[in-house]
Amino acid sequence: MPRRDDINHVMVIGSGPIVIGQACEFDYSGTQACRVLRAEGIRVSLVNSNPATIMTDPEFADATYVEPITPEFVEQVIAAERPDALLATLGGQTALNTAVALHERGVLERYGVELIGADIEAIQRGEDRLKFKEIVQSVGGDVPRSAVCHSMDEVRAAVAELGLPVVIRPSFTMGGLGSGMAHTPEELDRLASAGLAASPVTEVLIEESVLGWKEYELELMRDRHDNVVVVCSIENLDPMGVHTGDSITVAPAMTLTDREYQHMRDVGIAVLRAVGVDTGGCNIQFAVHPKTGRLVVIEMNPRVSRSSALASKATGFPIAKIAAKLAIGYTLDEIRNDITGETPAAFEPTLDYVVVKVPRFAFEKFPGADPELTTTMKSVGEAMALGRSFGEALGKALRSMETGTAGFWTVPDPDEEPDVATPTDGRIYAVERALRGGRSVEDVARESGIDPWFVDQIAAFVELRAEILAAPVLDADLLRRAKRAGLSDRQLAALRPEFAGEDGVRSLRHRLGIRPVYKTVDTCAAEFAAKTPYHYSAYETDPAAESEIAPQTEKPKVIILGSGPNRIGQGIEFDYSCVHAVMALREAGFETVMVNCNPETVSTDYDTADRLYFEPLTFEDVLEVIHAEQASGTVAGVIVQLGGQTPLGLAQRLTAAGVPVVGTSAAAIDLAEDRGEFGELLRTAGLPAPEFGMATSFEEAKAIAARIGYPVLVRPSYVLGGRGMEIVYDDETLAGYISRATTISEDRPVLVDRFLDDAIEIDVDALCDGHEVFIGGVMEHIEEAGVHSGDSSCALPPITLGRTVLEKVRRSTEALAHGIGVRGLLNVQYALHGDTLYVLEANPRASRTVPFVSKATAVPLAKAAARIALGATIAELRAEGMLPATGDGGDLPLDGPVAVKEAVLPFHRFRTRDGEGLDSLLGPEMKSTGEVMGFDASFGAAFAKSQAAAYGSLPTSGRVFVSIADRDKRAMVFPVLRLAALGFEVLATEGTAEVLRRHGLEVTVVRKASEGGGPGQETVLDRIKAGEVDLIINTPYGNSGPRVDGYEIRAAAVAHGVPCITTMAGASAAVQGIEAMIAGKIGVRSLQDAHAVLRKARS
Amino acid sequence: MTAVLVLEDGRIFRGQAYGATGTALGEAVFTTGMTGYQETLTDPSYHGQIVVQTAPMIGNTGWNDEDDESRGIQVAGYAVRDPARIPSNWRSRRSLEEALTEQGIVAIAGIDTRAVVRHLRERGAMRAGVFSGPDLADDAELVERVLASPRMEGADLYGAVTTKEPYVVPAAGEKRFVVAAIDVGIKFNTPRMMAQRGIETHVLPADSPFDAITELNPDGVFIANGPGDPATADKPVALVRQALEADLPVFGICFGNQILARALGRGTYKMRYGHRGINIPVVELDTGRVAITSQNHGFAVEGEAGEEWDTPYGRARVTHVCPNDGCVEGVALFSGRAFSVQYHPEAAAGPHDAAGLFDQFAQLMEGGR
Repeated sequence: MPRRDDINHVMVIGSGPIVIGQACEFDYSGTQACRVLRAEGIRVSLVNSNPATIMTDPEFADATYVEPITPEFVEQVIAAERPDALLATLGGQTALNTAVALHERGVLERYGVELIGADIEAIQRGEDRLKFKEIVQSVGGDVPRSAVCHSMDEVRAAVAELGLPVVIRPSFTMGGLGSGMAHTPEELDRLASAGLAASPVTEVLIEESVLGWKEYELELMRDRHDNVVVVCSIENLDPMGVHTGDSITVAPAMTLTDREYQHMRDVGIAVLRAVGVDTGGCNIQFAVHPKTGRLVVIEMNPRVSRSSALASKATGFPIAKIAAKLAIGYTLDEIRNDITGETPAAFEPTLDYVVVKVPRFAFEKFPGADPELTTTMKSVGEAMALGRSFGEALGKALRSMETGTAGFWTVPDPDEEPDVATPTDGRIYAVERALRGGRSVEDVARESGIDPWFVDQIAAFVELRAEILAAPVLDADLLRRAKRAGLSDRQLAALRPEFAGEDGVRSLRHRLGIRPVYKTVDTCAAEFAAKTPYHYSAYETDPAAESEIAPQTEKPKVIILGSGPNRIGQGIEFDYSCVHAVMALREAGFETVMVNCNPETVSTDYDTADRLYFEPLTFEDVLEVIHAEQASGTVAGVIVQLGGQTPLGLAQRLTAAGVPVVGTSAAAIDLAEDRGEFGELLRTAGLPAPEFGMATSFEEAKAIAARIGYPVLVRPSYVLGGRGMEIVYDDETLAGYISRATTISEDRPVLVDRFLDDAIEIDVDALCDGHEVFIGGVMEHIEEAGVHSGDSSCALPPITLGRTVLEKVRRSTEALAHGIGVRGLLNVQYALHGDTLYVLEANPRASRTVPFVSKATAVPLAKAAARIALGATIAELRAEGMLPATGDGGDLPLDGPVAVKEAVLPFHRFRTRDGEGLDSLLGPEMKSTGEVMGFDASFGAAFAKSQAAAYGSLPTSGRVFVSIADRDKRAMVFPVLRLAALGFEVLATEGTAEVLRRHGLEVTVVRKASEGGGPGQETVLDRIKAGEVDLIINTPYGNSGPRVDGYEIRAAAVAHGVPCITTMAGASAAVQGIEAMIAGKIGVRSLQDAHAVLRKARS
Repeated sequence: MTAVLVLEDGRIFRGQAYGATGTALGEAVFTTGMTGYQETLTDPSYHGQIVVQTAPMIGNTGWNDEDDESRGIQVAGYAVRDPARIPSNWRSRRSLEEALTEQGIVAIAGIDTRAVVRHLRERGAMRAGVFSGPDLADDAELVERVLASPRMEGADLYGAVTTKEPYVVPAAGEKRFVVAAIDVGIKFNTPRMMAQRGIETHVLPADSPFDAITELNPDGVFIANGPGDPATADKPVALVRQALEADLPVFGICFGNQILARALGRGTYKMRYGHRGINIPVVELDTGRVAITSQNHGFAVEGEAGEEWDTPYGRARVTHVCPNDGCVEGVALFSGRAFSVQYHPEAAAGPHDAAGLFDQFAQLMEGGR
């Protein structure tokens, strides 16, 4: 059955900004889909608001719309593009929801667009809990038993049948409100009566709890010929009760017999057919009772998911790519398996290795958030590792985390008793400690719900540890066994102090010739020869063990180090730059080698680089890859400056080990990071920087603050990315900060910088080849300095900076680039305070904004940086056409299109232990997970788009609530008056209302929460909760200590999804956006169109 | 304790003794199934073979009392990378190692199994030995012992696994059909799946005379899977020819496919390394549909997709092929009176995609009344 000939134009919807639960796996899947469709000669139009994605690179679609993924905007794109079909199963829940909304609005029908992949009915059957249960039962599958109850008597009768614990789900409440789990009759009474009361129809669903059951997932694919294959089975180490995204997961399933596995497969296939996913991938989740083997179906996703990305990387079977081919009519047997080159995709991959995925959390960024893992996903990223055993893969995955803890025993044990019963980030460490403390495998397994087989695997580590500690010397046999078990040199060094660190272990290991072999991910357990060099390392003790690295082609090799697991501050943007480096260097005639451990990314697609090593980005693992590659040919260079802080942090040690790090040298990187040397550079160049000092006590800090003046920015000296940074306005809060900074010491002082209140922050990305500096873009932040640049929205070209300032920015950037010795990318952050341009920091590496700038200016900065690192000059790149022939991003036409970047924040994912929302206040510590871009002719329209893309639209009418700190009251007047003129009703707290009244504005006063409510005296919280507020402008006083009202307002806004603006600059931008929306429909335009205009303006 | 896996071409892998110690000689083959080691080890088709398991962690679910596919472990030897330290499954009764030791199966653990597989893939399945304990010797000596062992080509092995006495597996529920099953290595799940379809299965020794079949007045004849070179199975081939002459419905699986093909005049050949796994696609040529199948064969029927030929029993054709390599996976008479497949619709281990073939057999017998 060849591909359908009636589809010539497909629209693909992406997943928008990176948020918790929906990350760059959809860039990977969407990019694959676009590639496949275009290779078939199909026109592809794409909608995705996320500029940091590879898929929104103009070369991946025929028409790329970086526009908000809302039904309104997508409809406009459909009207402009008139596609034949819509493929919405590769852009996560966002794309699927948008497709359903477009269907419900009749848009698809009106424009004659066919939904391919999964039809509306199948999507709805998969998503409707009750309908889905019926389907499962209709094909003979089992589901958790449940009963619909309307009274407490019915509830008790149901529980008598089901047994405690039970899950209570009130019907028709928003966002799971009132649902919970009852373990005792008392809890049942309380929760069920509250649930009945909360339900508008006095109805609750009482469901059998599967908490603590074993959890599995199957990834399936079906073609239009009804052929079905299971691509991968995944077993969760953490039992039911922890979201699969937050669980340690293992592929393939480890603890099922064939009989049980085949039963699961049969049920999965039957459910897939009954739900009616016609073509493409789907994911089904199962729970298995550990004592009886009873198998129940929990849910299914009728689309490509995070697990599909994991399964693709785990098996080498590219689910998204195949799903795209199936959607246009191919059948599985017609599609070739790329890896073997000769067998078809109609088969089930088999693994001769074990894959472990470990989630990466960011609880440290959200103080107050409850760290217990639940069914709401909270992790921000993940790392995957492959090994020849579970232990080896687990060890590699744990050391891929980059949290400071790099596997067992690498940090001192905490004081408290290990708690294995509560699922938390790092429970696996508690399991190890519990076993080490003498508890039995059975005991730990029972208490944690983790299968004894897994617990025993940890026990093996504990036994090996004892053996290593007791051995008189670490001999070759023991060392070899330890490496095979998955221990890193660092772990061994922690156990054997005589090595004085991992370098000592490594030199012994190399002396003994103990090195890893590299195996291949080939979908078939070596049954067929693999054409794609997708490798992972493993240690073998068998002297006949083989490494499978192909000899080099005649091209010189370049190794690009990726960025590891996504985390706040280091995400998809860095993967974008790495992928661009691969593309540019391949084109320039190099053989590219990628090293990374993030399964969500495009960089870890076996199609991206010529060779892929799925490995942790630790010094040890990277060095071994380089050694293996050097053994098979010549390595021309290793690129560390594109993957963010992770590879950059390896630069010095790699250089010291004789590795040819290309681009900006390790010494130059060090210069930029060393405050003393960097300060000297600034002084020499005559560039001002905020005054600062270093303190090891409150007294010292106070003295510095007195010298440089409040407010001051305080932070620990040894962390990056804004960790632990605060702005402090007085001695009292300074004292509070110092007392909380427990690790303060002589070698770990606190940095106290002058904070430039009300300064305009400016971000610059630039290239330097040693001769010339090319300004990529100058971004003006919308929020004032003090909000982390990653959380701040910004505009490109700058919207209020004059020519003189821009000239100053250029000269300063040039001085810095040359002074540091940059060969590649440089990011500089400036603060414009009065007429003075202060240098805040300079980072000689790719920044988060590189993809945004590249898309806004049509210049591929990361590609150029990679070329410069390998010796090309800016002049050559201009001649080649990679860079514009003349001019740069610093002299963009100021009347050209404006791009606005907005950050997306994850506050709504978290709750305090009491179940309250978290404060959404922005500060110097970065909290956002992703970003969107609004692109339009005017700033107002671009800003409005950025808001629509990030949070849903700004309101164009309704009520605005205003509560403003005294220092902002002057700035408040104009924007609030404007909102009133646009028809908004203004609510304000007493003090704010007073000022507004003096400007002749009718204002409704609402009570602060702290003033207390009462009958007829609603507080602002009551009104927010009642859905009576459409927009909130709330600037906080000060920046430290408890500010109860502000916190509660912002938390309520987060909980109820009301747009909440916390700076006056943001408020002014929002007003412009609202005006643009009211003034007329904001249109859409493809990036290709906008870029053509930009290029024309330049030539 | 050290153990070595020695291949006849002199390649040697060193690991630890696992299960019983001593010597295991046989043909080294690899299987790619990630589940179902218990079914695999007890599958009579593996008789005389040293099975290399590509799945690296083996024994996780222990050994239970329900999943054996024959009276005991059939493999000559077993090679794995990482055995489980403890079994974990609610049905487990003992560990895999206990089962191996109890049944005297010499195994090896800790070797680079992937390197073995790549070697066999390139050089083909070959004779091998696992040696441990008192049977260890210097490498050259061990290679000599391997070279002294018989080859798989020409090996007549089904006689070693066939039942000595006939036995009956009753139908589950109402008895609708009687089938005479020629046991050249039948698995327990085959009569079980027949029973679910109302079939009473009479399992007969492989060298039974045709009279033993006619005495039963069966509705159909079944030829099982089994070990060894089908070119040696002249007696079963003769038996099937008699069944065809008597116009009895015939259904064969695996070795049975090769026997039916030979009865229909086709030859068989030894494959380089065979098909052993539970993920193998098979295309049904009539419909183009793909089934994911369980397979275990080192020999195959000559031919290719689309071939048809005349036989004394009517025109015959190739019905199924494996899209991986074009290997014949099924043959049938156009009349539909006899059909067979190279793969395992009874699965165990493996997917159940092809279970419908048993229904097809039942329908065929139904139509014959």
